[in-house]
Amino acid sequence: MSDVTFHNALKTDQLDEDEAIQVIIEGKEVAIINLGGEFYAMDDICSHAYASMADGYLEGECLECPLHGAQFNVKTGKAETPPATVDLATYEVKIEGDDILVGLPNG
Amino acid sequence: MSADQTYIIIGAGQAGGWTAKTLRDQGFEGRVVIFGDENFPPHERPPLSKEVLLGNAEKEICLLWPPGTLEDADIEMRLGTRVSEIAPDEHTLTLEDGKTVAWDKLMIATGGRATRLPVEGADLDGVYTLRTIDDADAIRSKMTPDATVLVIGAGWIGLEVAAAARKQEATAIVVELADRVCARALSPEMSQWIHDLHVRNGVDIRCGVSFDHFEGDSRLQRAVMSDGWVIDCDIAVVGIGLTPNVELATAAGLATDNGIIVDDKGQTSHPDIYAAGDNANHPNPLLGRRIRLESWENAQNQAICAAKAMLGGEDSYAEIPWFWSDQYDANIQLMGLPEEWDETAVRGDRDAGEFVEFYLKDGKLEGAAAINNPRDLRFTRRMMTSGKTFNASDLADPELKLQKLLKG
Repeated sequence: MSDVTFHNALKTDQLDEDEAIQVIIEGKEVAIINLGGEFYAMDDICSHAYASMADGYLEGECLECPLHGAQFNVKTGKAETPPATVDLATYEVKIEGDDILVGLPNG
Repeated sequence: MSADQTYIIIGAGQAGGWTAKTLRDQGFEGRVVIFGDENFPPHERPPLSKEVLLGNAEKEICLLWPPGTLEDADIEMRLGTRVSEIAPDEHTLTLEDGKTVAWDKLMIATGGRATRLPVEGADLDGVYTLRTIDDADAIRSKMTPDATVLVIGAGWIGLEVAAAARKQEATAIVVELADRVCARALSPEMSQWIHDLHVRNGVDIRCGVSFDHFEGDSRLQRAVMSDGWVIDCDIAVVGIGLTPNVELATAAGLATDNGIIVDDKGQTSHPDIYAAGDNANHPNPLLGRRIRLESWENAQNQAICAAKAMLGGEDSYAEIPWFWSDQYDANIQLMGLPEEWDETAVRGDRDAGEFVEFYLKDGKLEGAAAINNPRDLRFTRRMMTSGKTFNASDLADPELKLQKLLKG
């Protein structure tokens, strides 16, 4: 029994390189990020204020919140710059064919 | 060595709070003490004229961190305590109650206060300024549907107050001395867009109007303009700017000039005294001139840089200024402090209320202003610091991604 369930989130051709997009999986806002051809998934709502991280631009490995400029590492979810001090959760991503699958914890 | 030292911060706003937190985050082991004259833990002020005034949030939304964060970091908070004097040579300060406190390094993060009108009637009940939590609470309680709210000054605070008044279905009248709203910060076109936004939302907004005085029997009843126009009103909110709190610094012999003079690391004319935030006149290497900013981001990031410098850090504070405001359903953002430009590019749809104005001088981006497009506005900062030149026609073409333009 696995503690993660993979959900079909997006097609690989729906997200250009160095872009991010919000998807709703099981009622949860998740940002899918295409970082140089590799896909990552992270909580989409900034831990500082209510904003969609996917509306921000990538700066290196970090996605920058469009509201106040907090940056989160898309690989680790770590809050790298103020005003955020709380990390974002990241999720496992699998590519099957042209499907992007995101693993959310069960329960 | 640093474990025996005491670093004191005067001011419990955005700059004071971030100074304290940064000292700890950077591993400082000595005493960190914050003195704040307001009875509220370190907090930011943007929500006071937005969510709090609109009644969408309580004042706790202003707290910089969840309760307990600073206590857990062993930061001592002396709230409701005013500092009355700094003695730089003695490395001490005196509190209002006469007690003397010693420090090794000091941060003056005293911010500013709302500028008051030196006119007849300014002390009447019902005449407000908006700077503190108490101000916001008082104004919010008076914004009822049957009230007439007069706003003097069409700057950011004034316009946000007008928007909040309309949300509460109060009658809102704005008078402004200049010939357009936010004239110091906005292009004429952007001023017009925001003016129209308020008119659409039912605000009676008049520019080029000179205010003269208030009248009323103990409480405000009317305001009189220089041309004799009389406005009956229940409350008036004066939003004519901010006066930096420099009195402590001046009395201590520190250099001041439109704020406390600091270097690129926040150091004042005394090597053990720093200043950051709304009260700090600092050099901006990216703009090539000295500025004093009244902005949330500056209060945060300048304080972080200065706190590091207090511990020996050598980084310069160098950022393109950024501001935002929320009025009705419009999120307004500005990047840079453009002084002059020879070309303007509009990207997006002005009528639909989602666009960016770019200001170019010889092809270089001097700044930008956006309505409901924080994403592109934020990216403008990278375009500005790149030093590249851009074509106005490219910027105005929504099919061309800004990322591509920056790389190209």
